[in-house]
Amino acid sequence: MKNQSSIVLEAKNIDKFFYNPTETQVLKQVSFQVARGEFISVVGKSGCGKSTLLYILSTMDTDYKGQISLDGELISGKSSDYLSKLRNEKIGFVFQFHYLLNEFSVLENVMIPGLKLGKYSRSELEQRAMEKLRIFDMQDHARKKANQLSGGQKQRVAIARALINDPLLIMGDEPTGNLDKKNSDIVYHKFKELARDFGQTMLIVTHDPEFAAGTDRTIEMEDGRVIRQ
Amino acid sequence: MKWSLIIEIAKALMLARRKQTMIAAIGVMFSITMFVALLGFMNGLNSMLDGLVLNRTPHIRFYNEIQPNPNQPIDQSEEFGNSLNIIRSIKPSTSRLSIYNSESIIRTLEQDKRVLGVSPKISAQVFFNVGTIDLTGIVNGIEVEKEAELFAFTDYVTTGDYADLNQTNTIILGKGAADRMLADIGDVIQVTTAQGNQVQLKVVGYFQSGLGDFDNVNSYASITTVQKMLGEPASYITDIQVKLHDLNLAPTMAKELEGIFQIDADDIQTVNAQFETGTNIRTMISYAVGITLLVVSGFGIYNILNMMIYEKLDTIAILKAIGFGSGDVKRIFITIALTIGFVGGAFGLLFGFLAGLGIDQIPFETEALPTIKTFPVDYNPKYYIIGGTFSLITTYFAGFFPARKASAVDPVEIIRGK
Repeated sequence: MKNQSSIVLEAKNIDKFFYNPTETQVLKQVSFQVARGEFISVVGKSGCGKSTLLYILSTMDTDYKGQISLDGELISGKSSDYLSKLRNEKIGFVFQFHYLLNEFSVLENVMIPGLKLGKYSRSELEQRAMEKLRIFDMQDHARKKANQLSGGQKQRVAIARALINDPLLIMGDEPTGNLDKKNSDIVYHKFKELARDFGQTMLIVTHDPEFAAGTDRTIEMEDGRVIRQ
Repeated sequence: MKWSLIIEIAKALMLARRKQTMIAAIGVMFSITMFVALLGFMNGLNSMLDGLVLNRTPHIRFYNEIQPNPNQPIDQSEEFGNSLNIIRSIKPSTSRLSIYNSESIIRTLEQDKRVLGVSPKISAQVFFNVGTIDLTGIVNGIEVEKEAELFAFTDYVTTGDYADLNQTNTIILGKGAADRMLADIGDVIQVTTAQGNQVQLKVVGYFQSGLGDFDNVNSYASITTVQKMLGEPASYITDIQVKLHDLNLAPTMAKELEGIFQIDADDIQTVNAQFETGTNIRTMISYAVGITLLVVSGFGIYNILNMMIYEKLDTIAILKAIGFGSGDVKRIFITIALTIGFVGGAFGLLFGFLAGLGIDQIPFETEALPTIKTFPVDYNPKYYIIGGTFSLITTYFAGFFPARKASAVDPVEIIRGK
């Protein structure tokens, strides 16, 4: 019981191989835990396997060895449909390049994961989405099409979208990596705010030392191993 | 699953590629239009051509056939009755052509629930005496009102009024025969029967069936006129024509009644087998062409969806990352395909119907077909239902494979790829 309440995500002995062009082991016996409310950054040199680790943790990549538990539930080996549902409900994503669905308005983008979950009615969701947008000062752009926003704005909306289902955990793959200094600072501060004001559990992959310095804990990786956590 | 969300996403994706979506829908529309118009036109022609013969053909015809007596005396003898007898040079017996007890047969038939109507007829071989020349012909003695009611007689009387035939000593000539005799309406022609009786008949109309050979030989008079011509009593009838409610019962009924009435019976299927074959083949060809068109448009949809999936890989990856399963992604693309099929199909049916109306207006007049003024079109709902169903089936399959591909997109690969 204690585990379930305090440990959000646990990885045990994760091994990952790439077979193309030759067999290479990218992750070696990676184990760590994420406690509720922690703001964690994963750092390491390019190619050390930190993104690979993130995608495994995110349940999108299922081709690995080892065990992952999310919210006390073992999720290794579960069906992809089940994982999709889990992802929708418990994990929020922020990517480096892939922000929003250009076919939809900003508000709709934020609402879609909520609509998929189907916990709230459409009007309730609209209200919740506006609330989330307000956190990021994006409420004025709610009716714009996603492709009318700047990169920084898109990323802020993407974070709002990640929050719509009140996820257990937010994962980010270099969310500031593709932004200029100013926008990157804004996004960084928003993450800090989320951690401080909302106690949001977050696991962010970054290679920005400044970003990492501002987090509660930093997991450092090298050559597929966790060297410090 | 929340279909409203899937439909919403499908709609957004379609609107994002509005032009391509429209082209795909127009492809479906075009093929359905062609399918419906083609089948309607083909079957209109088919039923018209079949009608030429089938409308006028009784479903069952009772008559006495001229044939050798099946009960030869030697078979009846006690001595040779059980042996194999071979008789050479048998000749048909002088059996009478008239149907024995015809009145009671007609009464019995009229009480049969399967029978739509019964019409008696006399076929008489005659010579038309034109100057010094004798032309052979057949005068059909008919009961005018019944013939009109059951066998669309009125459709084929091109000039004159068929009701005038009720007067005695009147005749409606086949168009070909009339042309050869140079007989105008109101003229009196002389007819010699096979028995040698000579009769004067007044021409009250022309008859044109669309089959030239038939019109060259056949003419019509009332049954009493023909009986008088032949010098036979009022009970003299050579044929009894029966029209049934259901044409398909004809073969079995013909067999059944043949035994009961002790008379020869022909059913329409046996007599006109070749018409059905022709109709079937024409229908098959039009279906083949229509379905080919649909399959081609299916490939169009397949292509466009494939392209859409390549363009929307990012979108698919994001959808999957935020919790859409493979099944959801598949449903989105199937929905797109079916929407294209449904909209294209609906417009196709509408335009197909309009095309049918258009073809229906094109003048089509030929000597052989007096009742036809424009191209015939069959508006049978069957073709619309088949066309509509088929548009959905082909688009479903055209969408199925791209959708499966989209559902197999690995989001990690797309997201990491950049």
